[in-house]
Amino acid sequence: MTLDKIPTGSFAQVVSVDGNSTIALRLMEMGMVPGTSVRVVKSAPLGDPIHVCIRDCHLALRRSEAQTVNVSITAPSLF
Amino acid sequence: MSAVPTGPLQERLVDPRPGSARQLTIALAGNPNAGKTTLFNALTGLRQKVANYPGVTVESKTGLWTNAADLPAAQLIDLPGLYSLEATSLDEEIARDILLGHSSVKPDVIVVAVDATNLVRNLYLATQLIEAGKPVVIALTMFDIAQRELKIDVEQLSTLLGVPVVPVVAREKRGLQNLADEVFATSAARRDARDLTVALVNDIETRQQKLFRRYAHIERVIADTVQPLRFHRTADLSERIDRVLTHRFLGPIVLLLVLLFVFQAIFSWATVPMELIDKFFGTAAEVVRSYLPDGILRDLLTDGVIAGVGGVLIFLPQILLLFLFISILEDSGYMARAAFLTDRLMRSFGLHGKAFMPLLSSFACAVPGIMATRTIENPKDRLATIMIAPFMSCSARLPVYSLMIAAFFSNQTVFGFLSVGVVIILGMYLLGIAVAIIVAWILKHTILSAPPPPFVLELPPYRLPNLRNVAHTLLNRSGVFVKRAGTVILAISILLWALAAFPRSTGSSSVSGASQIENSYAGRTGRLIEPLIAPLGFDWRIGVGLISSFAARETIISTLSIVYNVGAAPAEADSLTGALQSARRPDGSRVWTPLVALSLMIFFALACQCMSTLAIVRRETNSWRWPLFMLGYMFVLAYVASFLTYQGGRLLGFS
Repeated sequence: MTLDKIPTGSFAQVVSVDGNSTIALRLMEMGMVPGTSVRVVKSAPLGDPIHVCIRDCHLALRRSEAQTVNVSITAPSLF
Repeated sequence: MSAVPTGPLQERLVDPRPGSARQLTIALAGNPNAGKTTLFNALTGLRQKVANYPGVTVESKTGLWTNAADLPAAQLIDLPGLYSLEATSLDEEIARDILLGHSSVKPDVIVVAVDATNLVRNLYLATQLIEAGKPVVIALTMFDIAQRELKIDVEQLSTLLGVPVVPVVAREKRGLQNLADEVFATSAARRDARDLTVALVNDIETRQQKLFRRYAHIERVIADTVQPLRFHRTADLSERIDRVLTHRFLGPIVLLLVLLFVFQAIFSWATVPMELIDKFFGTAAEVVRSYLPDGILRDLLTDGVIAGVGGVLIFLPQILLLFLFISILEDSGYMARAAFLTDRLMRSFGLHGKAFMPLLSSFACAVPGIMATRTIENPKDRLATIMIAPFMSCSARLPVYSLMIAAFFSNQTVFGFLSVGVVIILGMYLLGIAVAIIVAWILKHTILSAPPPPFVLELPPYRLPNLRNVAHTLLNRSGVFVKRAGTVILAISILLWALAAFPRSTGSSSVSGASQIENSYAGRTGRLIEPLIAPLGFDWRIGVGLISSFAARETIISTLSIVYNVGAAPAEADSLTGALQSARRPDGSRVWTPLVALSLMIFFALACQCMSTLAIVRRETNSWRWPLFMLGYMFVLAYVASFLTYQGGRLLGFS
């Protein structure tokens, strides 16, 4: 499962970020490390980019970039 | 400070070597949106200098930070925001090189602005710097907001990280003295321990392993020092605002309303100061004229210097208003949402969502639009945006369109109700946009081709714009416009004046302006280029107007007024339309026809006739190559389009 497939409003947990690319590194530096909980908040009016929330921090990323983030679906975190 | 006091304080702050009260250099680093700019403004006040880093177009901001009244002020450098030392853009590379001491600027102490409301991610950069053994002091910004939700044990945080941590509320200037004290203590300690290598870098670790280790470390530190005050964080206010502002349907509507408001303001509020500036320079010219005797000096001052400077400053109200709105939108956090909403649309032209606002600003004036492209990190994307910005139909084109429509298309309607003038002006706007899209696409697939840059855009929490930050931006940006553009423009206005004023027509002082121009270098050039512009439907008089309009588009109106020997004042504009309608070629045919007017408008829609724009592009790209390329390719496009319009129109039987 990749982040771009997660329905709006759902939570997921980061498993890994593919590749050694600049984008992957940047995503990890911005907090997308394995185990982090991600919530997909919404997608932009034209369907792309998407708005996600990690560690109380709001990020917009394109679907092509979200595709490099492997996630597993989790129940909404209680915290 | 004239007298440097002696004593323990001085020892702490100033290099003790005799005669070298060395100024401390302090770098201010931090994530974008970490409150770095607010802190910088609070520390330095108005004593700031904005320039470019040598050889590149990244803006460098330095200021003087007086930490104690009896000591020399330290030099504070506001570095471009960065998330980590792994730089992905030019801005970030420059910041990284300064932070790691690889640049000619070597900071004595690094102040890292860490947003207390977003500790984990913000501490990442600080951790990297601490690991590298840099003298770091952490400024915990937005501490007041964080305190509402979190209990932060600052002392414990400082102990675990191994560097001083100072909570600050920059807006209220709280904690700044503590920050100054810690910075000095750190710089003094640094001097003692200069040879110690603190960094313990494990080279076997991959970048990814280091990254995971740092995050694990930060999470442990946070777990030991921060407690949430409430079990549930209060529902995120920004997210609730976003439910409307980036809503699938409401979002675009709100964006449209915001833009309508901005443009309404620019075009209505700016008119009053613009008229005042116009009057002021008109009066100044009158005064000079009444005090100086007839002659070259008087003409140089009135027609060259005063008219030239006035012609540029008249756009200052619009530019200031645009900067005001841009900085409010940026400071409040809305700009990132606009990029989020429009990225998909902009991407279909090969551009970035962040190009939307700069291009839109260019509809008022390309100068602030081009300066606003600084938010686009990728240099090729930024260049492509700069190169198409002047196609957005700016306000200086409107007077030209208005004159042409008043003279040749007034009181005509299509379908019985739409005025032809409105249709033509709308057409000119659409033409500019269409050409811009095509050019952007071509540029992005040829000389500016690059892999799509990452679009990882932070949507910062909404904040009330900080008036101090807004004022600083306004001051800095308008200062740049007046100074940089002003000097180039003054030089070119004098040159253009000289072209129209020399050689002097001999004879009595009652030589008319028209015959002076006809025999001047400008008039001769007009005749010289007549064969070139005849296929566009233009005669030599229009040629003179075109030459003068390369200074600024609307200048063609005053030039035509002189060429046709009518007054240049707006009140006499009617006489100019009359003169245009009745102008005849030597063979008796009319010089101006609706087709000629249309051809001229299309030329104006596409040509880069604006030295302010060229001067700003020169500044933003740091070379003459790009502005000259811009001037050249836009001229070719304008020529071809005008040619097709005029010749095509004639083939279709229009005149």
